[in-house]
Amino acid sequence: MKNHTHAVSTDRANWTVLLILLLLTTLSVLAIKLQVGAFTVALALLLASVKVTIVLTYFMHLKFEQTILRVMVGGVFLLFAIVIGITFIDYLFR
Amino acid sequence: MSTNPHAHENLIDSDTGKMGMWLFLFTELFLFGGLFLVYAVMRTKYAADFHHAALELNAFVGATNTVALLFSSMTVAMSLTAIQQQKSGKAIGLIFITLLLAGVFMVNKYFEWGHKFSLHLYPGSDVMKTLPHGEIVFFGLYFMMTGLHAVHVLIGGILLTLVMFKIGSGKIRHDHFLMHENSALYWHLVDLIWIFIFPLLYLIT
Amino acid sequence: MTYTSSEPLNYLNHKTGLWSWLTSSDHKRIGLLYLYAITIFFCAAAILGLLMRIEKMAPGQTIMTAQTYNGMFTIHGIIMIFIVVIPGLAAVFGNIFLPIMIGARDVAFPKLNLFSWYIYIFGAILGLYSQFANGHSPDTGWTFYVPYSAEASSNVVIALTAAFVLGFSSILTGLNFIVTIHRMRAPGMTWFRMPLFPWSLYATAWIQILATPIIGITLLMVMAERLFHIGFFDPALGGDPVLYQHLFWIYSHPAVYVMILPAMGVVTEIFPTFSQKPVFGYVPIVFSSLAIALVGYFVWGHHMFTSGMSYESRWFFSLLTFIVAIPSAIKVFNWLSTMYGGSVDLKPPLLYAISFIFLFTIGGFTGLALGSLATNIQLHNTDFVVAHFHYIIFGGMGFGFFAGIHYWFPKIYGRMYNFKWAYISWGFLFTGFNLLYFPLFVIGIQGMPRRYFDYDPKFQTGEFLSTIGAFILIAGLAGMISNLVYHARKGPKAEANPWHGVTLEWQVPSPPPHENFDEIPVITHEPYLFDKPATK
Repeated sequence: MKNHTHAVSTDRANWTVLLILLLLTTLSVLAIKLQVGAFTVALALLLASVKVTIVLTYFMHLKFEQTILRVMVGGVFLLFAIVIGITFIDYLFR
Repeated sequence: MSTNPHAHENLIDSDTGKMGMWLFLFTELFLFGGLFLVYAVMRTKYAADFHHAALELNAFVGATNTVALLFSSMTVAMSLTAIQQQKSGKAIGLIFITLLLAGVFMVNKYFEWGHKFSLHLYPGSDVMKTLPHGEIVFFGLYFMMTGLHAVHVLIGGILLTLVMFKIGSGKIRHDHFLMHENSALYWHLVDLIWIFIFPLLYLIT
Repeated sequence: MTYTSSEPLNYLNHKTGLWSWLTSSDHKRIGLLYLYAITIFFCAAAILGLLMRIEKMAPGQTIMTAQTYNGMFTIHGIIMIFIVVIPGLAAVFGNIFLPIMIGARDVAFPKLNLFSWYIYIFGAILGLYSQFANGHSPDTGWTFYVPYSAEASSNVVIALTAAFVLGFSSILTGLNFIVTIHRMRAPGMTWFRMPLFPWSLYATAWIQILATPIIGITLLMVMAERLFHIGFFDPALGGDPVLYQHLFWIYSHPAVYVMILPAMGVVTEIFPTFSQKPVFGYVPIVFSSLAIALVGYFVWGHHMFTSGMSYESRWFFSLLTFIVAIPSAIKVFNWLSTMYGGSVDLKPPLLYAISFIFLFTIGGFTGLALGSLATNIQLHNTDFVVAHFHYIIFGGMGFGFFAGIHYWFPKIYGRMYNFKWAYISWGFLFTGFNLLYFPLFVIGIQGMPRRYFDYDPKFQTGEFLSTIGAFILIAGLAGMISNLVYHARKGPKAEANPWHGVTLEWQVPSPPPHENFDEIPVITHEPYLFDKPATK
């Protein structure tokens, strides 16, 4: 039964993850304040995605989970991206 | 396993329970996803109005709440580590800190909403009707997204309170903590959604 | 229900009394609870349908006012779509047979399963309440299109809440099934040794999970629109009504596949059994189910060709609509090839399954006519659409359901229905169905709009024939239901395996024991090998 190899993440690791997340938050606030041009939104979303990936991987333990869960999570985000993309085929070309 | 007196045959094993929780989280993601879709379409349509309306929001309050939620995400992850290391007291303490941070978030939210209401910036108000279309939609999205998110913070808080009591009464232990795990997952989801809401509503200025 | 004590213990008699049913987390009992609730609601909505047909027998007002008619087609749609067809096959046969067919004692979360039944009942009652409260039944149509749904003075909010609640129940059932299939399969039952009905449920469950939340949030937005004037869909406040249509169909088109995929799964079980021949093309059937679920998620825009979408997106959605027809066609070829060269035995379940192919194919082809941009302009919002989706939903899902109940009836109740009665009912149903809906294709092409209370006298022949068909259809339904209800208790005892099926549910006694298996079976080969039983 491999499901009882619950990997226990140490407090130290958790603190590290939090520091990285806070750093990224500061970075996105700064980026917006400095107005890095047309890519501001893209940058903010990119940073948010990185943060979300970190939370999923470490805080939510996806790194240690069954492979199938990782596949599912990836698929769900991909599906949502496709739905947005398809909707925009309408809105961008109207 | 057989040494565990609570090991009933019909007990749901950890991987099964967690898979169920993850599937539920997917539905939550798509619930908010619908709002994000509306946001994306409307923002494309009213880029300038969105910029202007977002100035009305206090990025500092938003950032404080982001920090509070990130912090609480860590404490809840730590409490899960603690329960597995048989440190029940530490686990309870960490969940308590999580709940305090959730309280900070909600109080902040309360004042933020209250401020909007005092400015008559709420859906259907007379002031609102005079605003440009894009700003009306922006505030509509603001209230709907943060409102729905706040409901999730509340639900997450209730779940974690239950977990705290169950640890206290010994129903959640180092060898039996599925509910703790799933509640933690739910709490992280609340954080996840906020991570997207924060830049989309507060930072696009 | 009373059973003599000489009968062996099974899931029906191991505990008795209403309370034991209402608190049972046994998947088979929950399936039956769904079956009874769905049957009652189906009959109610079918009668509403008949009343609407009587109204349209002659031009002008016949038996009801225009406003009553508007309320009736709305509530007919809400009940049929949200309460009967979407839960339909998955909640009834999925619950009863999924665990048995994969060799499990129950679903992964039995209590959650019972909970979703209660949510379902709560939603269904709310739906009914919206019809009667304050005498203002909703009149928006089941699609709740804005801006009308945001302004109408009828009980729209109650109906929206009902749909929201029912969606939640659907999500929980889907969640339960996915986890069950991932985690509870018997030893040796690899993914590709799984029978095809569970496969179709798996594809369905993913749509339930990933599409239903979108309708949930959309309905919440319409409620916010009504209660707080939040402005997402109101052009006067900067909103966009077409965006509502996008959101609505992002769910509601995949929902069509929630309805039809399990029905496809049911007939896929029936064809091999009544041909005593392995299913033709197991792997293509599996992948066509998954492909339908996946591509079906991306075709929602074909409901909106006349709503002012960009040309590019109309082109895109039309193309994908044609693509999604391919996996459905693959299945049709596989079913026919399964029968080819087999020892075909035309028992009632097979008769219904073959009717399913016939009606579904007509529905599918007319769907292509609607999916192509040029013809859609003419046909949009006419009775052609009504005929098309009744051929798909009633002819497809409905006849699939009838096939399933005639197939599994002896397993569920341990008794057999009357064949002669079943054949005669089928004759009425099939004749009535085609007479009811086929004329609608014709008058639809001629320009008869859907959801109209009154019509030009030139359409009267079609409308009249259609109403005659409705009477015949209702007679067939009455015959079929009374045959089943009567013989569930009074029928002759059925053998454990009357059709010589080889999937696992036929290896357990009829009715199955409380926890399905004394000993969890070990699976050693793929399903549908008629010279080998499923186990050992």
